Amino acid sequence: MPLQLDIVTPEKKVFSDNVDNVYLPGADGEIGVLPMHAGLVTALKPGELRYLHNGQVVTLAIGSGFAEVTQTKVVVLTDMALGEAEIDEQSAEEAIQRAQEKLAVVEHSMDAEEVAYLQGVISKSAAAIQFKRKHR
Amino acid sequence: MANLRDIRRRIKSVKNTAQITRAMQLVAAAKMKKAQDQALAGREYAAHLTQVLFDIRKNFTEESHPFLVHREGGRELVLVISTDKGLCGALNTNLAKSIKAHTSPDAHFVTVGRKLRTLCEKLGKKVIADFTVKDPVPFSQTRPIAKFISQQFLDGNYDKVSIAFTSFVNTMRQESEVVTLLPIQGHREGEEQAFESIGSGFSVEEHIKDAFRDYTFEPNASEVLASILPLYINYEVFQAHVESRASEHSARMVAMKSATDNANKFIKELTLEYNKLRQGAITAELLEITTAMKAME
Repeated sequence: MPLQLDIVTPEKKVFSDNVDNVYLPGADGEIGVLPMHAGLVTALKPGELRYLHNGQVVTLAIGSGFAEVTQTKVVVLTDMALGEAEIDEQSAEEAIQRAQEKLAVVEHSMDAEEVAYLQGVISKSAAAIQFKRKHR
Repeated sequence: MANLRDIRRRIKSVKNTAQITRAMQLVAAAKMKKAQDQALAGREYAAHLTQVLFDIRKNFTEESHPFLVHREGGRELVLVISTDKGLCGALNTNLAKSIKAHTSPDAHFVTVGRKLRTLCEKLGKKVIADFTVKDPVPFSQTRPIAKFISQQFLDGNYDKVSIAFTSFVNTMRQESEVVTLLPIQGHREGEEQAFESIGSGFSVEEHIKDAFRDYTFEPNASEVLASILPLYINYEVFQAHVESRASEHSARMVAMKSATDNANKFIKELTLEYNKLRQGAITAELLEITTAMKAME
């Protein structure tokens, strides 16, 4: 029984093929998905996504988003999905810094959505850096 | 001969026009490539988002989230995405036509792009806000627009928010569309059709089968919904922008190409006429000389 995994970001379709299992960084902790999993929709937090593809474990750093799980299919919608080679530690750190500077300005204006967005950028970049360091 | 000079002048001016339209064609072609790539890349995400929402719609009622509430009353807000510049064929005219056909006559407008804003003003429609979006479309600039229109809806100023844009089919074909954004409906045939027509592999049957699944939600249903729906609105607005932009550049490219072709054809005709006249003049001159010579003998 195959499990179809689609990982999609606004820029491109990152991955689409049959896999043996998927581990997702869910909002309440890691979720392991095997074929014939019950229907599930979960929010994702920035972290590490793992799947077993042709006997090989592949890991990606992903941003926030959500995933839809059906019995034969997992759709991951996220704003970032990068392999280890694609992560540039320095630019990620710069992104954090920029967001933090902006956050300091915006926080006083009480623009909740903007604050949430900037915090999202920070946690996303932090996850990418952590991922990169771990795999070095 | 005055006529000869006239034609020469006309050829020159047409040549100039052809040069300009050709330059514009090349610029539009370069921009078109980028805009089309952006539109096609975003489609996958927007389509999946639509699909997820469609799949889980049975698990929610109208009360689950303010974006889903249908209200009585016909106050309508239309987000119109047109172009800043002209010279792009019938793009804006077609959009204006479908707006007229699909929205209520007393609807209020939020505009992006100068062309239809001026038209709205001319027709005496009420424009409550106007935004400008750079090229290529950055997500950070469409977010405030999405926020503004959803806020108008949440505040109860309007009962329905539609979005009028030009969906990109291919370089030769663009279709103006008016779709309802808010309240979010369980399914959106218009959108799905648009995705289907480009053959991205989303069949309607698949949707129907999937629609009867039960889902669990993590952390819980209302939180998932609260994060998905604003995301959905944001991406719909963004996607509508990139589609419109891709359509604009494609339409301009095609319009400029046909203008260049017409100019070149015209130059050819004029040159032929010019040469005929020139030859006529030479023949007449030769005739005069020979007659003069004959007379002197």
